[in-house]
Amino acid sequence: MKHRQDILFKNSLGLLSWAFIAVLVAMILSLLHMSGLAWEKIGFSFFTTSHWNPVKHQYGVAAFAWATLVTSLLALLISTPLSLAVAVSVTELMKKRAGRVFGFFVDMLAAIPSVVYGLWGIFVLVPLMRTQVQPWLFENLGWIGIFSEVPYGVGILTASIVLAIMILPTMSSLLREVFQTIPLTQKEAALGLGATKTEMIYLSVVKSSKSSIVAAMVLGLARALGETMAVTMVIGNRNDWMKSIFSPAQTMASLIANEYVEATHDLHLSALALVGVTLLMISSVIQLVFRAIYARGRK
Amino acid sequence: MSAEFTPSPILQVENVNAYFSGFHAVKNISLAVPEHQVTALIGPSGCGKSTFIRSLNRLHEETEGATLTGEVRLAGKNIYTPGVDPVEIRRQIGMVFQKANPFPGMSIYENVAVGLTLQGGFSKVEIENRVEKALRSSALWDEVKDKLKKPGTSLSGGQSQRLCIARALAVEPKVILMDEPTSALDPISTARIEELIFELKKQTTVVIVTHNMQQAARVSDFTAFFLMGELIEMGITKTIFTNPKERQTEHYITGRFG
Ligand SMILES: Nc1ncnc2c1ncn2[C@@H]1O[C@H](COP(=O)(O)OP(=O)(O)OP(=O)(O)O)[C@@H](O)[C@H]1O
Ligand SMILES: [Mg+2]
Repeated sequence: MKHRQDILFKNSLGLLSWAFIAVLVAMILSLLHMSGLAWEKIGFSFFTTSHWNPVKHQYGVAAFAWATLVTSLLALLISTPLSLAVAVSVTELMKKRAGRVFGFFVDMLAAIPSVVYGLWGIFVLVPLMRTQVQPWLFENLGWIGIFSEVPYGVGILTASIVLAIMILPTMSSLLREVFQTIPLTQKEAALGLGATKTEMIYLSVVKSSKSSIVAAMVLGLARALGETMAVTMVIGNRNDWMKSIFSPAQTMASLIANEYVEATHDLHLSALALVGVTLLMISSVIQLVFRAIYARGRK
Repeated sequence: MSAEFTPSPILQVENVNAYFSGFHAVKNISLAVPEHQVTALIGPSGCGKSTFIRSLNRLHEETEGATLTGEVRLAGKNIYTPGVDPVEIRRQIGMVFQKANPFPGMSIYENVAVGLTLQGGFSKVEIENRVEKALRSSALWDEVKDKLKKPGTSLSGGQSQRLCIARALAVEPKVILMDEPTSALDPISTARIEELIFELKKQTTVVIVTHNMQQAARVSDFTAFFLMGELIEMGITKTIFTNPKERQTEHYITGRFG
């Protein structure tokens, strides 16, 4: 016989889970509802054009979508090797206690509010980029298209660096947990064969964690795509196609954050909601793609 | 106890002490491992067999806080001389562990080839030949020759362990250390590996830790009995099992303790 208590417990938790899903669906529906007007007026060209001028009622999301993808992927490109390095150092290279302390500090990075990252970006990273990094790259590598913008300090790359630091703790702590569960016997298999420590880390740790590395990237990317505050503070907020990775630009999230306060016109508000829908779609597609890669890697 | 009787030892161990952060696990052991013979290490749980065998290929020092004193000479050269690269030593002294540990994410073929790839300098054909030879020596070739590309982890427990033996053999080590290689296997797989060990001494030297005294009696030429970190006695296996010098050995092999 089942206990009444168990039934009650199970049912109330079940109800709660369904309530969550209901709220989520309601949110998506209301977002779709709000964006209806823009969809009616602008149609599919909303996704294919990049003119964004509320005064002339011109709304196109392409440039922002592109900037969002580039900043997030660039952040991932920076953060993936870094988080691998952090996870490997903490689990394999440092003494146990030092590793724990170091890991703790990296985890603390996750507790710093987004706006503080933004401030750090404005006061430290932006001047550094403007006076040191960009002039040098511009002088020496300016002939390569992606470095061709004159130095502003704010822009795509600056936002990517801030994002990379923000997603580092998420990614590295996942990898760290995976690496910690790798059995000692697997490491000794490599050492016993005459592998150096570096070779051992590659053979026994990294090579057997490929799918977890993809999983960490999914998490990092998900966070990077939606991150708003810090990005808004350092990306330069220019409603235009990026020319290089230094261009001031606008991501979908930063656009919404910048404009919703002043958006008085119904169509403008509705267009912003449609930007939200676009962001949601892009994140979902990317999630699905990475999940598919992950699932294939697990097999 | 002395090691004088051994004909041409490949390993000579002298006054080896091994510690775990101050805990004295292996106490002043001296013995000689004869070449092309099987030497068994027996003794009750916790007596330091694993610690000792891991000091023969410098794996002991990989444990945090582990230290060691004394000498282990491989073909006359002390492997603990400062400046000797432990990586180099482990290429010459292979190891098979209690639990089969093929590399996940590598095929059967890659698992056997990995030691050669690590060393470098082998042509593709050489690697192919060595892999086949190692798989034949470990009596696995017929079972896997048609599925070399399958993952190494797709094999049964006994097959995985033979794969690990093949992996160790592929680099043609001077000595192979085995730490309870059959303790996780069924009797049939165990019997196959025991046969294999008997064959292996033609090409290399085997040191095997075992809990199973019948196994020691079946496969080994020499047996060393350990108790609480000390070597009680070592001798020809037959003698140790029929006519041991020490009372403690006799007690252990007749099952009165341990
Ligand atoms: N990593 C370690 N840290 C601290 N002490 C250890 C460690 N490994 C082993 N010891 C201790 O060293 C002693 C010898 O252990 P060892 O594993 O060599 O014994 P063993 O003879 O192989 O035992 P078994 O037959 O159970 O495998 C034991 O007292 C054990 O508790
Ligand atoms: Mg042991």
